[in-house]
Amino acid sequence: MAALVEINHLTKRFSFLTAVDDISFGVDKGEVLGFLGPNGAGKSTTMKMITGFLTPDAGKVQIGGVDIVDQAVAVKKRIGYLPEGAPLYPDMTPAAFLHFVGAVRGFSGEELRKRIRDTVDKVHLTSVLEQSIGTLSKGFKRRVGIAQAILHDPEVLILDEPTDGLDPNQKQEVRALIRNMATDKAIILSTHILEEVDAVCNRVIIVADGKIVADGTPSQLEAKSPHHNAVTLVVSDVDQRHVQQQLELLTGVASAQCVVQDNCVHCTVYPANGNPILAAVSGIARERAWNVEELHVQRGRLDDVFRTITTKE
Amino acid sequence: MSSVWIIAKRELSGYFTTPIAYVFIVIFLFLNGVFTFYLGSFFERGQADLITFFGFHPWLYLALIPALTMRLWAEERKAGTIELLLTLPVSMFEAVLGKFLATWIFAAIALSLTFPMWLTVNYLGQPDNGVILASYFGSLLMAGAYIAIGSCISALTKNQVIAFVITVVICLIFLLSGFPLVLDFFSGWTPEILVRAISGLSFLTYFDDISKGIIELRDIVYFVSLIIFWLFANAVLIEVKKAD
Ligand SMILES: Nc1ncnc2c1ncn2[C@@H]1O[C@H](COP(=O)(O)OP(=O)(O)OP(=O)(O)O)[C@@H](O)[C@H]1O
Ligand SMILES: [Mg+2]
Repeated sequence: MAALVEINHLTKRFSFLTAVDDISFGVDKGEVLGFLGPNGAGKSTTMKMITGFLTPDAGKVQIGGVDIVDQAVAVKKRIGYLPEGAPLYPDMTPAAFLHFVGAVRGFSGEELRKRIRDTVDKVHLTSVLEQSIGTLSKGFKRRVGIAQAILHDPEVLILDEPTDGLDPNQKQEVRALIRNMATDKAIILSTHILEEVDAVCNRVIIVADGKIVADGTPSQLEAKSPHHNAVTLVVSDVDQRHVQQQLELLTGVASAQCVVQDNCVHCTVYPANGNPILAAVSGIARERAWNVEELHVQRGRLDDVFRTITTKE
Repeated sequence: MSSVWIIAKRELSGYFTTPIAYVFIVIFLFLNGVFTFYLGSFFERGQADLITFFGFHPWLYLALIPALTMRLWAEERKAGTIELLLTLPVSMFEAVLGKFLATWIFAAIALSLTFPMWLTVNYLGQPDNGVILASYFGSLLMAGAYIAIGSCISALTKNQVIAFVITVVICLIFLLSGFPLVLDFFSGWTPEILVRAISGLSFLTYFDDISKGIIELRDIVYFVSLIIFWLFANAVLIEVKKAD
């Protein structure tokens, strides 16, 4: 069965530049897809096509099996969208603006008022409801943008850098908000904050130069990191060269890097095929009766993976 | 259809949240007064009618309406809100029409505020109020054509000043194309039929009758088709240029 959001061979060219190059993927309800990639990778351009703002040069976007180009208005009803930079009408107040968006989305009367009230509570806008948007701080503007996107409780939510410009508390709140909405929605969000992916996404797509270069769960991607399953070992009262030698002799270990710091030897031990080597490392430490200060397995960090697959040699 | 109205309402209230609306209305009324009473020798003519008043409208609109329309799309494109508007469940047609209607309604409000003029002639004599009403209607129709041109041009650029200037130039062409000076320029080297087509494009050709209170079907057809043409071009232009 096709996913709620189906993207097939999507392509967009700007004169000579192919900003989005034959991208295909599907997102279902319950998925929170983190869309990553370096600046200019084509994230925003892809989102603009998914939301029907830009018309693809090739390929198509279907929401619930309906093509967005063929039935633009019907499909747009099912989408909530926060464009990059959260553009808003500066002369309006958040109250008037949300009223406008709600009215266009077909709500009126008590229903509209209730939706505005609930949404405003969720993103903490109450204090600035009657202030003109142009005079709001960046974070409040972003919240108005988010409020506008979730006002109609859409099945599909597209958020282009939703936490950009928010303070750390608000970042946490917005992430929690997204997590809470996730069960009955298909959510696609772009971000440059990799810890955000860990915090809210259950799937990651990395794009570079308009193409998908990685697609998987955060832990699958983390497994691609050279640090994945690497072991950190800190020992005191031993010779650095000796420790390094002993560790590299272990089966399953590719290499070990040891440095002396504060009278301790800090080692990072890399596995040969990404296989767990904790047992072997702790075994040798016990056997040689090293004075172990610290021993733990590294998960592998997304930013390593990100850097490796998005930088060209 | 209700989306058209919601968009129009937002746009219309946008005029009133900034000083534009008040500045525009004051200048519009002031110039109307100056033109009619001073330049138009309203009292000296000794006629209880508003022919001179309406006669100045094409020139007033030329200067003032582009100031109303320049922001319609240029501002949306510059602020990026066009992305917001066009990803709401509204068709391009509804968005274009909504904005056009907002400005047209605003023009109607400004025009209706010239009612003291009408009171004055009724106080001074016995004018044909049917004629005056028809002229008001015609003037508003012509304003619609100016607005449609301005709205379309505003979609062309992110810069409101450029939108203003180009709109003035195009409206001027539509005005002057009825002038002998312009027609003479063309008549030397272009086929007769084209010259007639050019003069047939002029606002003045049609508005002349209207300002005297005579509205013929062809006048209405002319202005309405002009509005439809420019709004259609407007929608196409946005579709093409929205990504830039
Ligand atoms: N309207 C446009 N005209 C020409 N080129 C464009 C246009 N919009 C985007 N591009 C180009 O397309 C490429 C992809 O841009 P896009 O905004 O999708 O990147 P992004 O992944 O969102 O980057 P960022 O992380 O900086 O937001 C860029 O090289 C950009 O310069
Ligand atoms: Mg972007």
